[in-house]
Amino acid sequence: MLGLKKHDLSLLIIVAILTMAAPFLLNPFPTESGMAQFNAGYPDLMQKFVIFGIFAIGFNILFGLTGYLSFGHAAFLGVGSYACVWMFKLLGYNVLPGILLSIVVSGLFALLIGVITLRRSGIYFSILTLAFAQMSFALAYSVLSNPKFNLTNGETGLQVYADDPQWFHSDRLPDLPHLFGLSMRATHRMELGAWEFQFNVGYYMCAVIMLLCFYLAIRIFRSPFGLMLRAVKSNQQRMNYTGLNSRPYTLAAFVISGMYAGLAGGLLSAVDPLAGAERMQWTASGEVVLMTILGGAGTLIGPVLGAGLIKYFENIFSKINESVLHGWFGFLPDGLEDFVITLVYPFVGKGWHLTLGVIFMLVVIFLPGGLVEGGQRIGRLFRGKKPSGAAKSATTEPAE
Amino acid sequence: MDAIILQILNGLDKGSAYALIALGLTLIFGTLGVVNFAHGALFMIGAFCSVTLSKLLNLSFETVDPTQKDFLGNPLKVKTPYVESWFGPEVGATIIDWSVPLAILFAIPIMLVIGYVMERGLIKHFYKRPHADQILVTFGLAIVLQEIVKFYFGANPIQTPAPDALSGVANLGGALGLQIAYPIWRLVYIGFSLLLIFGAFAFLQFTTFGMVVRAGMADRETVQLLGIDIDRRFTIMFGLAAAIAGLAGVMYGPINAPNYHMGMDFLVLSFVVVVVGGMGSLPGAVLAGFLLGILEAFASTTWATTTIPGINQIIIYLVAIIVLLTRPRGLMGKKGVMED
Amino acid sequence: MTKPTLSRRGVLKTGAAAGVGLALPTYLSAASHSGFTNAPQGDTVTLGFNVPQSGPYADEGADELRAYQLAVEHLNGEGDGGMMNTFSSQVLEGNGIMGKKVEYVTGDTQTKSDAARASAKSMIEKDGAVMITGGSSSGVAIAVQGLCQEAGVIFMSGLTHSNDTTGKDKKANGFRHFFNGYMSGAALAPVLAAQYGEDRKAYHLTADYTWGWTQQESIAAATEALGWTTVENVLTPLAATDFSSYIAPVLNSGADVLVLNHYGGNMVNSLTNAVQFGLREKMVDGKQFEIVVPLFSRLMARGAGENVKGILGSTNWHWSLQDEASQAFVKSFGTKYGFPPSQAAHTCYVQTLLYADAVARAGSFNPCAVVEALEGFEFDGLGNGPTLYRAEDHQCFKDVLVVRGKENPTSEFDLLEVVEVTPRAQVEYAPDHPMFAGGNLGQCNPGA
Repeated sequence: MLGLKKHDLSLLIIVAILTMAAPFLLNPFPTESGMAQFNAGYPDLMQKFVIFGIFAIGFNILFGLTGYLSFGHAAFLGVGSYACVWMFKLLGYNVLPGILLSIVVSGLFALLIGVITLRRSGIYFSILTLAFAQMSFALAYSVLSNPKFNLTNGETGLQVYADDPQWFHSDRLPDLPHLFGLSMRATHRMELGAWEFQFNVGYYMCAVIMLLCFYLAIRIFRSPFGLMLRAVKSNQQRMNYTGLNSRPYTLAAFVISGMYAGLAGGLLSAVDPLAGAERMQWTASGEVVLMTILGGAGTLIGPVLGAGLIKYFENIFSKINESVLHGWFGFLPDGLEDFVITLVYPFVGKGWHLTLGVIFMLVVIFLPGGLVEGGQRIGRLFRGKKPSGAAKSATTEPAE
Repeated sequence: MDAIILQILNGLDKGSAYALIALGLTLIFGTLGVVNFAHGALFMIGAFCSVTLSKLLNLSFETVDPTQKDFLGNPLKVKTPYVESWFGPEVGATIIDWSVPLAILFAIPIMLVIGYVMERGLIKHFYKRPHADQILVTFGLAIVLQEIVKFYFGANPIQTPAPDALSGVANLGGALGLQIAYPIWRLVYIGFSLLLIFGAFAFLQFTTFGMVVRAGMADRETVQLLGIDIDRRFTIMFGLAAAIAGLAGVMYGPINAPNYHMGMDFLVLSFVVVVVGGMGSLPGAVLAGFLLGILEAFASTTWATTTIPGINQIIIYLVAIIVLLTRPRGLMGKKGVMED
Repeated sequence: MTKPTLSRRGVLKTGAAAGVGLALPTYLSAASHSGFTNAPQGDTVTLGFNVPQSGPYADEGADELRAYQLAVEHLNGEGDGGMMNTFSSQVLEGNGIMGKKVEYVTGDTQTKSDAARASAKSMIEKDGAVMITGGSSSGVAIAVQGLCQEAGVIFMSGLTHSNDTTGKDKKANGFRHFFNGYMSGAALAPVLAAQYGEDRKAYHLTADYTWGWTQQESIAAATEALGWTTVENVLTPLAATDFSSYIAPVLNSGADVLVLNHYGGNMVNSLTNAVQFGLREKMVDGKQFEIVVPLFSRLMARGAGENVKGILGSTNWHWSLQDEASQAFVKSFGTKYGFPPSQAAHTCYVQTLLYADAVARAGSFNPCAVVEALEGFEFDGLGNGPTLYRAEDHQCFKDVLVVRGKENPTSEFDLLEVVEVTPRAQVEYAPDHPMFAGGNLGQCNPGA
């Protein structure tokens, strides 16, 4: 069905079910309980999960298949965001033109950069992409936001002002990004006993797009084109000796992953109409690299898991403060309570970076294949079996 | 003319820091084949060695001075460093004043140990792993190290001033009739870096140990077949590279106050420097460090920024792109390094 | 692939969710009946404190958070009450806000507009915060202010100094107590002219982003009006760490004053570098060379160490002020934490009290009612003398402090001394002043 093998189809269906049921799955704890702190089922974070999932899926098409490690993918994310907000400013708040334009613009930008950077490979390629992204960031932050030619609005971030033209905007439409009148912010809250679940339009739109992207990625992974990309990774030289020019294939992969990134950027703007230059900084490029490797480079689902984990830490762990800790450990005797809190405190709240760093290290040391490998190990443990052939073929070695 | 000389000095100054970090990175890469994203953190730890030393020297006991009040209106507690009470105020104050140069002695053993522990405890297990894994684990380590420093020292910069005798301005152009006033400490920094760089090269070039290491860099297996324990020597090289980064950090403290994220600020630039110099080439790293430093200094002049707006922010990356497109392996890179 | 694991987990979770659904079939749609976003339910009200906890401004964020915790204590009737006792409006009773106990959630802005908005959104969407406050930079303040306007909650900004926050980017739901670049210029220029003479040539180094530009524009305009000339304005990249190549040209430029329009780490480094190059001892045409840092903060002064001695600048508030309100605040903050509060802590504490007071006076948490209560509100007893929350742009108008780096500090906190308290009248401007033009407050938005 859908041109997929049974194995891939079941994966797609599982992912579809998980994303559609995310508002339930991510809110396992009752709203008033102490554990509610760990609930992630609110619109903004769910949107971030799927949008950065798209970003990571796209990055993985380049890195996971060809082994080309780009350190500048955030530039495409940023360009996509700016393109989308510009559509809001000029045309109006319907998200469709913005998202389409963000894909087109980032695709062109990726083509331009790809043609230049793909002349080199290995770390030289990485540094070239990094250089382009850092230049884009620096220019977007300052030069391109000068009053005479304000393309990016600099530090503040590009946003819609009341005096923007918005040619197709009318009073009947929401004053926020919408899809033909359906506001991205519209959220239906459902209370089931002690639980509360939120169903958000923006999230479901992004989730559907992510499923499409995921489907497309599976098709690419399984296509002759995908095979060719893997060949680039395993031995580019041999490929060239057989008379095949690998450049068009890598360029295509680069542009496709750039378009994924642009789409992710467009969606970020669609659910929240403000595009900041920090999205292009090298740390943002590094983040998607980390997401992909953390989840499992070269696997289909890994990058999405990695994206979810990092965003979860950024948004949930950073909000645990001292008074929350006192709430949790209040049942302990005073001396013990203080002791436990001193122990835990450096790792949460303002220390969330520390926890993230420790997790990076632990995952890379003990799970070279990322979270996916962890999942496989647990799966094996439960079934008590040796790795099957199917699992092996899907998990390619992380690229160099 | 004065302005040009000043900017060359500024460039050498910036270049010194780049070159020292890039030298260490290349040493580690050339010997162990590991991409060390924690190298910036080592630079930062070096700087914090001198912060720690000055904190230790300033350990004080408190005496209550009832004539003065603190901000809450209570009697003011006056702090006197132990050093001053042990050695007398004069000598004590001098020791505190010279805490940065003293920190060099303090930092060398610490950095060697940190480097040794890092290599044996973590990096060792990553020789055969893909570069991406090395990047991730050392990046994780860098985050952990800088968060630990932030936890103890806070996020604000902490001043580590140069000794009074070295903190003034030297007029270099006096004899030539030029107006070149340049901070003494920055000159010290340039001199110190050159000394360190030449020291490292001489060590590799003229000692037996260095010869073996160079042989190991060229062909590790053959050296091992000759019955030489090359791993142990490479571990020592890692410690040495850490020490170089650390010393660069110690001496950089008086130029700009150390803060916990200074390592990350330098990390990306240092990688660009290494790659522009050519992966695995020690002279390339040093050359590219000074070259990019000087270019950056000149790109910051008003003349440059009015000609091309924003050039000061992108110059390093622009040069990197041009160099890599015209010279595929950087300025002095060797074939076949990090290209697969 | 991970099919087995995933399906296993999926089955478990779906099962659990279905079980819950069966056990509790009551279906409630929680569309707010109250008419505004996050109307407080039950006997508590949740405020969102969104401050930088990682990145270079983390220390400032930590100080803001301390002030917020103190404010919550005081609102809930714990502690010594601090400035609640000196506040001219005596509506607050120490029983929370309108009898509802104040609770709070915290988040990390990372000093990035994206992260700050994400954090604020989680407070609004997940924790039900009815007001967001905090921040340590103008980019973040403007980004979060825009978000709060869209979401229909009140935003009480923390430290933000750019003219744009209450100028080009002003929003009906956003309020700023902190002063701004224009006020710095207006307060500082007369003092500069009086101390250094009216015939001065200034060289500006300016951080190359919106805050830097508005600050530079403000200072240049104010000093030029008093006879100074601006020799040169050089923009420096935000990411710059070493300013030597920007400082060196100052030496032979003929300028006799260097104005550093930098904040945070930029300011610490550029000032350190300027002092290194001997600018403080330099003489130009018989005049002593001077360095000016228009926006000073004690935390940053501490980072700059010895270098701040004798340097003039402006600040929103300083703990050494002798009025009753400031003393009360310093006492309760100092007793709790062991050191005096920073200006960031002060503005955050005051903003929290002002919000609580506005709710109490309006008798409602509805943002539109709060906006109405705050607009044109005149108050006193919060450390800055008589103050007005102007209705036209939601900017506070109050006295501005001109400070100087202290030559002989008695402690590690005693770094600045107040040179002059510039009266409010001198820093006032028309709402349509060109530096603030182009914005539109819009309508207050109560959300849902």
